[in-house]
Amino acid sequence: MTATATAEHSTIHAATKPTPIENSGWLAIGELQQIPPLGARVVRTMHGDVAVFRNSADEVFALLDRCPHKGGPLSEGIVHGRLVSCPLHAWHIQLDSGEAKAPDIGCVPKFPVKVEEGRVYLGLQPLRESRARLNTVD
Amino acid sequence: MKEQLVLIGNGMAGMKVIEELLTLAPDKYDITVFGTEPYGNYNRILLSPVLAGEKSVADILINPIDWYADNGIRLHTGKTIVELDRAGRRVMANDGTECRYDRLLIATGSDPFIIPVPGKELPGVVSYRDIGDVERMLTASREHKNAVVIGGGLLGLEAAYGLHKQGMTVTVVHLLPTLMERQLDEVAGRLLQHSLALRGLKFVMAKQTSAIVGDARVEAVRFADGSEIAADLVVMAVGIRPNMALAKSAGLLCERGVVVSDSLQTSDTAIFAVGECVQHRGQCYGLVAPLYEQARVCAAHLAAVGVPGSDRFYEGSVTSTKLKVTGVELFSAGDFQGGDGCDSMVYQDAAAGVYKKLVLRGDTVIGAVLYGDVADGAWYFRLLRDHASVAAIRDSLLFGPVADGEGNSKPSVLDWPDNQAVCDCNGVCKGSIVATIRSKGLQTLDAVRAHTKASASCGACTPLVEQLLQMTVGADYHAAVSTPICGCTELSHDTVREAVRCQQLKSLSQLFKALHWRNPDGCDKCRPALNFYLIAAWPGEAVDDTQARFVNERIHANIQKDGTYSVVPRMWGGVTNPRELRAIADVADKFKIRTVKVTGGQRIDLLGVKKEDLPGVWSDLNAAGFVSGHAYGKSLRTVKTCVGSEWCRFGTQDSTGMGIRLEKLTWGAWTPHKFKMAVSGCPRNCAEATIKDFGVIAIDSGWELHVGGNGGIKLRGTEVLCRVTTADEVEEYCLAFMQLYREEGRYLERTAPWLERVGLDYVQQHIVHRSARRLELAQRFRDEQRHFQKDPWAELAQADARERFIPIKELS
Repeated sequence: MTATATAEHSTIHAATKPTPIENSGWLAIGELQQIPPLGARVVRTMHGDVAVFRNSADEVFALLDRCPHKGGPLSEGIVHGRLVSCPLHAWHIQLDSGEAKAPDIGCVPKFPVKVEEGRVYLGLQPLRESRARLNTVD
Repeated sequence: MKEQLVLIGNGMAGMKVIEELLTLAPDKYDITVFGTEPYGNYNRILLSPVLAGEKSVADILINPIDWYADNGIRLHTGKTIVELDRAGRRVMANDGTECRYDRLLIATGSDPFIIPVPGKELPGVVSYRDIGDVERMLTASREHKNAVVIGGGLLGLEAAYGLHKQGMTVTVVHLLPTLMERQLDEVAGRLLQHSLALRGLKFVMAKQTSAIVGDARVEAVRFADGSEIAADLVVMAVGIRPNMALAKSAGLLCERGVVVSDSLQTSDTAIFAVGECVQHRGQCYGLVAPLYEQARVCAAHLAAVGVPGSDRFYEGSVTSTKLKVTGVELFSAGDFQGGDGCDSMVYQDAAAGVYKKLVLRGDTVIGAVLYGDVADGAWYFRLLRDHASVAAIRDSLLFGPVADGEGNSKPSVLDWPDNQAVCDCNGVCKGSIVATIRSKGLQTLDAVRAHTKASASCGACTPLVEQLLQMTVGADYHAAVSTPICGCTELSHDTVREAVRCQQLKSLSQLFKALHWRNPDGCDKCRPALNFYLIAAWPGEAVDDTQARFVNERIHANIQKDGTYSVVPRMWGGVTNPRELRAIADVADKFKIRTVKVTGGQRIDLLGVKKEDLPGVWSDLNAAGFVSGHAYGKSLRTVKTCVGSEWCRFGTQDSTGMGIRLEKLTWGAWTPHKFKMAVSGCPRNCAEATIKDFGVIAIDSGWELHVGGNGGIKLRGTEVLCRVTTADEVEEYCLAFMQLYREEGRYLERTAPWLERVGLDYVQQHIVHRSARRLELAQRFRDEQRHFQKDPWAELAQADARERFIPIKELS
């Protein structure tokens, strides 16, 4: 467990102190170990949750946590290979592109993400740039 | 560097150890094998069919020479080890080849016993032991006419029958007045002699051979009374002697054979021994099943890994015998003579050529001889081996496993549990035979033997394997065409399930590897199913992988369309009280829960809970005494009840109390799909028990039990399982039914389609007609509840489990 997650805050609502967006473009969001293999955690932003996935090969992907079908939380889906199936209606979304797998049609915004020395970094520039796009999704 | 393992003796027992070892610990040893014969190893038991012309030498090869190279094994054929230097851990062969070892395995088998009479070394006198002997006999049969087989035991009779089939005139000479006296009593022995005489064999009984007569070649056999019979070929088949010369010369403890412990170790712990050369607990064995049992234990010890249960140590074998003479049906097991304190039961039908004798001590079978009709041999053998009490079926025992008084039809191999061994030689269970037939689409007995090895050794179980084949691909052909679970595999649910059991797969990663899954971590369709099969087969042992669970079972709440969750606390039998209701109301206020609704299963549903609020909601509900209602699971959902005899003027029994009792027993149990119950207090059925998976309706005289109902998309009324009188019976039948469904239902198959697939009859066979089976199922359910009956909310509300419910990071 990280200090940010449990030690500083007693209520689970405010798990982490809201972090101001920095200028480097990459934001450390936590340790790779905090994301369960074949699972996901979310990063909460004012424009919606971003789901950060980890597959069995320890590849990490980030998508907006919102299925292009009916808005289901992809972070709760079953991860297999480079796919996640949405928990609401089992659409298969490709983790590396955000595209729905045929025959379904749809796309969810994706974000750059990288792992360095066990820490996971989310690319923030597209988040800012896509703010308008996200708002239209909202 | 790998340890050196040297095997002396390239026969069935030794090579069985190597085969097992290649599975258990393929990288542990560098393996070297020395064999005196110039072949790969072959199935010695099937020499008789080769002699009789029913099989070729190629048919009975187990591992051809290429196999050894393919598996990285150095094979020295045609070399006999003549020296064993224990201090130097080194063996030397007759051609001077030397080999060092860390572990040595002696499997030198046995030598045919040659009667020490004058003329025993004359050309034309052979023993019956190996391919060379068979070739000599076959050559002789082409050039000569008269054969004499000395020895009227199993081996002698098979040799005699083979030579007779090759066109020779064959006389069997036996020292004793009846044949196969070590396996048959007098009556059966005489029946056998009569039957073989009709086939053209001649017999000279109770005669002692005193000399083999001849100049350049055998010409006659002379007996102690001075009489003679002409012979161009003499086969000595009077018995075998463990071949322990090498072991003895090296100073290993030897008595009648090389003495071994229960771990198959000799008096030198670096040296193991298996097969016909060993003596274990005073016994030497000459049949394949015990040798293979020894081999499995020995391999496990060599691999230094445990094998489960009683197989870890070899504790001796109970053996049975079958004569491989086409058309002669004969079975023998255990102590068939009886004696003081034993009873025997005999059935004899001379006209039909049937004779059956069972020997009992108290209420257990200790011996059996069957002649003419051996269909029940395997059943008697199981009773014998398991020391099963036959008190209840004593009066019908001789007629086989027929009606047990409750109208059961005769069970066949089809009714056997999947984990029951069909082929005792190779240890192949019913389930894996059926699974292999299905998965590989096998159509013939030979194909089944090739893929499973079932019935490929002694052949005694051939009728059972044929029955399984017929069942799987024959009459029920449409069932055999099974659909794969998903695109990750060709295997069906049933096949995978069987593999989980038979191959002892206990994790997803093991399963994916063992069953060659196409995608390394499966998919959203197979992973939840496989996870269920694993935890159902190995409760408490297999890891319950939460990432293989659908969101609801991972988060223990029902996901809603907006990504929030609904929470349903368990309310036993649908009964609550003001204190509980206040606690629910407080939780609803505190967490601003928008909708509170009564469910169809008589519970209260709190809708619209945010994920991060779940642990808080649960911990408040836990504090009020609630546990999870599992409204989200493929598991026991609710037991719906009416008020019953406590309030209702029509009620005949306490349906509410019964519902609470059933729910307290079964909550937390995982099932293939959701499982709903209801208990109604009278036939008016206000609890709607007739559309539940398990419904109970109180009647004046007790309870009527219903199964397989469904009120969902496809409405299906229940079928009546049976009526019972006591509450304890309701409990037992309910648990047994849930367990049978859990063990045999396919994932996501409700009881309604399951019941339609297997039939009510089948379920009644297991739950109603066979009380032992019902008890066993119910007990297993209770045992497994120790692992399943845990409140997931209490676990997830713990501080260290809460992290997964909150964002990893919040950004402004």
